[in-house]
Amino acid sequence: MKKKAKFDFWVIASLAVLVLYLLFMVYPLLKIVSQSVLDEKTGKLTMKHFVKFFSQPYYFRTLTNSFKVALFTCLISLVLGIPLAYFYNMYEIKGRKLLQMLIILSSMSAPFIGAYAWVQLLGRAGVITKLIKSLTGVTIPPIYGFNGILLVLSLKLFPLVFMYVSGAMKNVDKSLLEASANMGVSGVKRFFTVVIPLCMPSILAATLMVFMRSIADFGTPLMIGEGYTTFPVIIYKEYVGEMGTNHNFAAAIAVIAILITLMFFLVQRYLTKKNSFSMSAMNHVERKKAKPVTNFFIHLYGYGLVAVALLPQLYLVYLSFRKTNSSGEVFQQGFSLQSYQHVFKKMGNTIWNTVTICGLALILIIVLAILISYLTVRRRNVLNATIDTLSMVPYVIPGAVVGISMILAFNNKYMPLVGTAAIMVIAMCVRRIPYTIRSSVAILSQIPLSIDEAAESLGAGKFKTLVKVTIPMMFNGIFAGAIMSWVTLITELSSSMLLYSRKTQTLNIAVYKAVANATDGRACALATVVSVFTVISLILFNKVSKDGEIMM
Amino acid sequence: MDVRITINDAVKKYGDFVAIPDLSLEIQPGEFFTLLGPSGCGKTTLLRMIAGFNSIEGGKFYFGERLINDLDPSKRNIGMVFQNYAIFPHLTVRKNVAFGLKNKKLPKDQIKAKTDEFMALMKIDEYADRLPEKLSGGQQQRVALARALAIEPEVLLMDEPLSNLDAKLRVEMRTAIKEIQNRLGITTVYVTHDQEEAMAVSDRIAVMNLGVIQQIGTPKALYQRPANRFVATFIGRTNLMDAIVKVSGAEKCIVFNNGYTVKMDNLTDVTDGQKVCVSVRPEELVIDTTSEGGSLTGKVLYSTFLGLNTHYVVELSDGTRAEIIQESQIDDIIENGTEVKMVVKAEKINVFTEDGEKTLVK
Repeated sequence: MKKKAKFDFWVIASLAVLVLYLLFMVYPLLKIVSQSVLDEKTGKLTMKHFVKFFSQPYYFRTLTNSFKVALFTCLISLVLGIPLAYFYNMYEIKGRKLLQMLIILSSMSAPFIGAYAWVQLLGRAGVITKLIKSLTGVTIPPIYGFNGILLVLSLKLFPLVFMYVSGAMKNVDKSLLEASANMGVSGVKRFFTVVIPLCMPSILAATLMVFMRSIADFGTPLMIGEGYTTFPVIIYKEYVGEMGTNHNFAAAIAVIAILITLMFFLVQRYLTKKNSFSMSAMNHVERKKAKPVTNFFIHLYGYGLVAVALLPQLYLVYLSFRKTNSSGEVFQQGFSLQSYQHVFKKMGNTIWNTVTICGLALILIIVLAILISYLTVRRRNVLNATIDTLSMVPYVIPGAVVGISMILAFNNKYMPLVGTAAIMVIAMCVRRIPYTIRSSVAILSQIPLSIDEAAESLGAGKFKTLVKVTIPMMFNGIFAGAIMSWVTLITELSSSMLLYSRKTQTLNIAVYKAVANATDGRACALATVVSVFTVISLILFNKVSKDGEIMM
Repeated sequence: MDVRITINDAVKKYGDFVAIPDLSLEIQPGEFFTLLGPSGCGKTTLLRMIAGFNSIEGGKFYFGERLINDLDPSKRNIGMVFQNYAIFPHLTVRKNVAFGLKNKKLPKDQIKAKTDEFMALMKIDEYADRLPEKLSGGQQQRVALARALAIEPEVLLMDEPLSNLDAKLRVEMRTAIKEIQNRLGITTVYVTHDQEEAMAVSDRIAVMNLGVIQQIGTPKALYQRPANRFVATFIGRTNLMDAIVKVSGAEKCIVFNNGYTVKMDNLTDVTDGQKVCVSVRPEELVIDTTSEGGSLTGKVLYSTFLGLNTHYVVELSDGTRAEIIQESQIDDIIENGTEVKMVVKAEKINVFTEDGEKTLVK
């Protein structure tokens, strides 16, 4: 029943959320747009930044480079991830749970750490490069540039494809496969004509994720790209670069970047709309044991892929225990804990920073995501529909752009947030919240409305229903999602990189700086600490998540 | 405790679509009242208006003397049972049943006493500390019912509570529901599309179609004297046949297509030569080979032996088909293709206007 008092609790909540979005997302983005058309010296209206970007190949090429990287990464990730998901769901695999854990684990570190590790392995002075050289005399082609970026990002992002598609395959009803076999379609043909189309919505969703992550990633090209620059790198360099900075130009590039990602997002949405249907399996597919030869290849493929993907991380762990010289720059014979000693003695505050900043961001994200998903699912109106739309915006904003927008917006005397921990928390919230909202919405949509109505008919008001019934029912799913968010928060780099100050440095930034300072031992130790955090989180996740289902 | 529900001129609109144009209804205190109709007829919509989950676009709803139009669902003191049970999956059976009592802020010992009482009543006390997902559908529905009843509501609302159960459980549960309702004497509004279920549990039934109540009556009245063709065909099975009224003096007859004439002493408002629609239920059509005074004629197409009864499908001389139900005989079933003569039970059949809108039987 509609009541006379329009301004009840929920309207106030909606307005509060809207204000938060306007202040911390819309305003910073508008700031970027306005800065992009201003002259850096005179402050007059100008299009010269855009002209500069499109007229100089040095800049313009970064755009095509980024696009190429993202496109090929998508392609390779799909080719790697979809068969893996298929094998995983259709066949008996030994150590299934472990394999899934390892797949997820391999995606759970910042790509730049992977890039750094691959350089250690396959770079000019890499161990494998040297080993091959000494054994065969052959110099393997360098992994710097486009190929290296592609290698690193694909191995980092195929697990996303695996998770999405695997989720969809779980919902394919056995009878659909039996029906197609009954009509004479089986094996490879069935894979392409039945299984793939059935999983199309998830494949498209995964493609979007991979695209956005790879086009926005800037640690990898910085680390392994050498001459091959992508636009997040340019943004970063124009912003904090050694050769004089130009904030307005950086803003202009950011605007272009948003337009590109927005375009891809809209194309994806269009395709998703065309392919939208929902599945829910009544009879799950029974995993069968493959014939010996096939079985062998399935295991080889699964574990082989994971091994390659995890190799760099493991190698860093190994390096972290190696002895180094006193300044930490050169590895020496033998093992020692000196890197860790240094990390814990000198950089203890980075660990503390990581826990507090990411923890605070996580709490905010969860509270807001529950509220927003409740508003958009259960209290549908114009205001909340607006919030729903706004909540999707961060999907298309690369991390570096979020970082810059924050600085541009909050570098004034009214809200002097630059350099504080608050601005990092806000940036993390803005970046991560759409994913948590989406998983909360998914969970909430599965709770039938009649549950709420039952609570109401039993005398519970709307707020009480939310607290006593809805949230407890969502809890499992949300908690599992929160752990995943936690992992992405502690491995966040692209926005924090622009926002951190000496006091708010987090682990991942410390890794980056240690690498940049060529203190490899410490970098490895720090990276290992991040990995340990991740592994603990994942184990915790497996404990709370009912079926190991992951919602990103 | 028992409360009368009065609905005056209710209107329900979804945007421009009018789901219920104008509906009035009175449900007696303690009555088991059922809203019956095909899907989309507005029965659930009406129930949800009573519950407070749907907005009311017009009209007045009363519980007793109390106008409830603008009352929040949580304040209406209703017990509601949902089609999908809507059991809280994160709470044990006991906590589910106690949920409403806690909201009433009753003292702890009273909550426990009432919870125990209703769990025992619904025979779910042995599962008190289990989570609902461990229970079967029937048990879950018992929990839902116990939960709705525990708050001792003024009105019990049930929205197709048995449609998710298998056939055998459905029969068992409807008996349980009827018994409990009888014992507690609570005013109950029940929604279903299953006419047999409606007949089994209800004191009175409102048959709805397209948002309009077609007829309100006891199960017996609905079956034997349907108000129009829709009710006649929706409740039970029937054969519809065209006929013409013949009035000569005080005597009123109906004449079927083949000239078979039946004398009727309960027709009203008819004129000589008026075209009518006659509803003859399968058991009101009797195979009678010895008939002297004229009969319908036809050919047996096929028969189905169902133990107690035997069903025949007959093609009448005018080409239409009719269904006959007879108590099974010890001698042979009539062979397919056999020509048969049939008479109708004049006191039982119903006669409607040609458009089927109105009954012509007293």
